[in-house]
Amino acid sequence: MDRFEKLDAIVAPLDRANVDTDAIIPKQFLKSIKRSGFGPNAFDEWRYLDHGEPGMDNSQRPVNPDFVLNLPRYAGAEVLLARDNFGCGSSREHAPWALLDQGFKVIIAPSFADIFFNNCFKNGILPIVLSAEKVDQLFRETEASEGYQLIVDLEAQAITTPSGETIAFDVDSFRKHCLMNGLDDIGLTLQHVDDIKAYEEKRAIEAPWLFA
Amino acid sequence: MARTLYDKLWDSHVVRSEKDGTALLYIDRHLVHEVTSPQAFEGLRLAGRQPWRKDSVVATPDHNVPTTGQSGGIAGIADSVARTQVETLDANVKEFGMTYFPMNDVRQGIVHVIGPEQGATLPGMTVVCGDSHTSTHGAFGALAHGIGTSEVEHVLATQCLLQKKMKNMLVSVDGEVGAGVTAKDIVLAIIGKIGTAGGNGSAIEFGGTAIQALSIEGRMTVCNMAIEAGARAGMVAVDAKTIDYFKGRPFAPKGAQWDAAVEAWSDLHSDEGAHFDEVVHLDAASIEPQVTWGTSPEMVVAVSTRVPNPADETDSVKAGGMQRALDYMGLKAGTPITDISVDKVFIGSCTNSRIEDMRAAATVVKGKRVADNIKLALAVPGSGLVKKQAEEEGLDRIFVEAGFEWREPGCSMCLAMNDDRLEPEERCASTSNRNFEGRQGQASRTHLVSPAMAAAAAIAGHFVDVRSI
Repeated sequence: MDRFEKLDAIVAPLDRANVDTDAIIPKQFLKSIKRSGFGPNAFDEWRYLDHGEPGMDNSQRPVNPDFVLNLPRYAGAEVLLARDNFGCGSSREHAPWALLDQGFKVIIAPSFADIFFNNCFKNGILPIVLSAEKVDQLFRETEASEGYQLIVDLEAQAITTPSGETIAFDVDSFRKHCLMNGLDDIGLTLQHVDDIKAYEEKRAIEAPWLFA
Repeated sequence: MARTLYDKLWDSHVVRSEKDGTALLYIDRHLVHEVTSPQAFEGLRLAGRQPWRKDSVVATPDHNVPTTGQSGGIAGIADSVARTQVETLDANVKEFGMTYFPMNDVRQGIVHVIGPEQGATLPGMTVVCGDSHTSTHGAFGALAHGIGTSEVEHVLATQCLLQKKMKNMLVSVDGEVGAGVTAKDIVLAIIGKIGTAGGNGSAIEFGGTAIQALSIEGRMTVCNMAIEAGARAGMVAVDAKTIDYFKGRPFAPKGAQWDAAVEAWSDLHSDEGAHFDEVVHLDAASIEPQVTWGTSPEMVVAVSTRVPNPADETDSVKAGGMQRALDYMGLKAGTPITDISVDKVFIGSCTNSRIEDMRAAATVVKGKRVADNIKLALAVPGSGLVKKQAEEEGLDRIFVEAGFEWREPGCSMCLAMNDDRLEPEERCASTSNRNFEGRQGQASRTHLVSPAMAAAAAIAGHFVDVRSI
C-alpha cells in the first residue's frame, strides 16, 4: 500500500445519499481475479449510456453527459464529496479498488457504511466524516466555483478550503499510522504470533469443539 | 457486570487489546466463496505466507454458478470469466487443503445456507466471510459479519481481525405477528423504521417475543438483513430451538463435547440489566406484509398502502432520492401497491432459500398457475440439500405444475452474476435482500417481499395481500 501524502486536489460532488457498492462497481466486473483495472468501470451504469461488460474497450463507449463525474470541470478529481451512508450494501472491496483506480484518494461524507469505511483504509483511501452542515457547505462551494480544490493534510487532520478556512477531522490513531506509513497490517498482526498461539491454547481447553 | 450477548461474544474472542481500543479478534470459522477470495489467496502467495488454520475454512462456489446444467460441473459454466473464477477457487482450496463443497456436491450451495446446515457455523463462534450477508449466522448466537478481501487475506494469514468494538443496539419486536406475516416482513419493517444507516457502527441484537417465536430459519432471515439496516452484525440469543437445530449436524460436536458445548451455549444471551447504547421497539401486531417500492431497502411500505409521495418529505436530499427512485422504478406516487404488476418472480437467495421458505411459497402456489403476464418464475433452493429435501416433499412438482422453473442451488437472481437476471425495466417480486439500481440486471426493478408474497404475486400477476387469498 502506498503512503498517504498530503494532497491539494480537485473535488467532485456526488449529490446522492445511500450510494451503494453495486452502483460503485456493478457485479459483472467482480468476476475478475485481479485487484486492478476497475477504474474505467467505477459507477458504470451512471457513467455510460450503454451496458458495460468486462473486456469492452471503455474508451469507445458512449458517455452519459449528465453524470456529474463526466463533467470536464471535475476531471482529475482526487476528492469525492458524498452524502450519507456512502458505500452501503455489498462488502465487495472492488468498490474502493475502483475508486482508487479512478483517482480518488479522499472521500468526504456525513456518514459511511461500516464495511466500506474499513475497506478504504486497507487500500490507502482516506474516508473523512464531517457534519452534514459542513458537507452541505462544501457541496455549495464546490458547485459554485469551477476548479474548486481542497488541501487534505492527514498528519494535521485538517482540510483547508480555497478561502483559507480550516476544517478539522477525526481519524482513528492506528488507522492514521497505517495510512501515513503505507503499512500492511498483516505484518503488524504477525508481530503478535505468541499472543495468538496462547489464545488458541487456552481456548482449546475451554471450547475444544471449536478445534475439532 | 451485566453483559450483552455481543459483549460476551466479543470478550471471549479478544486475543489482545491496544490502549486505543483496537483489538485482535480471533476468528473461529472462515467461509470462502469464489468472488471475494482470489485476490486474497494471491496476496498470501505473493507474501510467501501459509494459512494459519486451514481447518477453519469452509469453501464453496455460489455467486457465479449457473442454476441449470450443474451436472456439467465447472466445465459447464458457459461464461468463461465466471468459469475462471470458480476454477481459481477450486485450485486455491486444493492447493491449501481446505474443506470444500464443489459444484455437484449435494452439500454445495449459498455459503450462508450451507454453513448452518452443516453445523459448520455454531453458536458462540466468530464467523467471517467476504460477503456482507455473513450477518445471517448471528441468528444462533454467533458473532458474524462480512469483511473485505484484504481482511479475507488477513484472516487466512493470522486467524484474526483488527477490530474496534461496535456499539450495542437492541431491536425488540414485541407481541405476536398476525397470520401471513413472516420474518421477512418483520425485518423489512425494522429497516423501514430505523433506515439503512440506522445500525451503522452497531451490532444489533434482535429480541422480543416475536423474534423468540421465530424458527431458527426465520431468525436467519432477520439477521441476514441486519446489514441492510447498516449493522455489520445481527444476532439472536440462544434458546432451546437453537440447540435442537444443531443437534446431529455433520460438523456439530458429538458426545461429551456436545454436552459441554450446550452448557457453554446456554450463557449466550444478554444478561438482565445489560446496557444497550440504543433500544428500538416495534409492535409485532402492527406489522403487515411488506413490499419495497424504491431502490433502497428502507423504501418499504405495507402491501395495503400506496407508493409514497416525495412532496410529503421535508428533507430535500431524501425527497430527491425518493423522486429518483420513483423515476428509476417507473412508478407514480399514490399508486396502490396492489396495482403494481410484475414481470418476473424470484424465490431464492441467502435471505429466503431454506426449506421453510420453499414450503411457504409452495403452499401459496399449490394447485394454481402463474399469471399470463409473468415471463419467468424461478424457485432456486439455497443448497443441494434443501433441493433434495424439497423434492422428497414433492415441492418441486408443486412449483413446476404452477409454472415455476425449479432450479439448482446458487445466489442466482439476487445479484445476477450468472444468467438469471432481469432485462432492462423488467419488474420483479423478489425474496432477496437488495433493491439497488441495477442489482438484478441493468435497469432492473426489484421489489423485496417474503416468499409467500412473491408466490402470491406470481399467481395474481401483481402484488396482492397474501392474507386475502
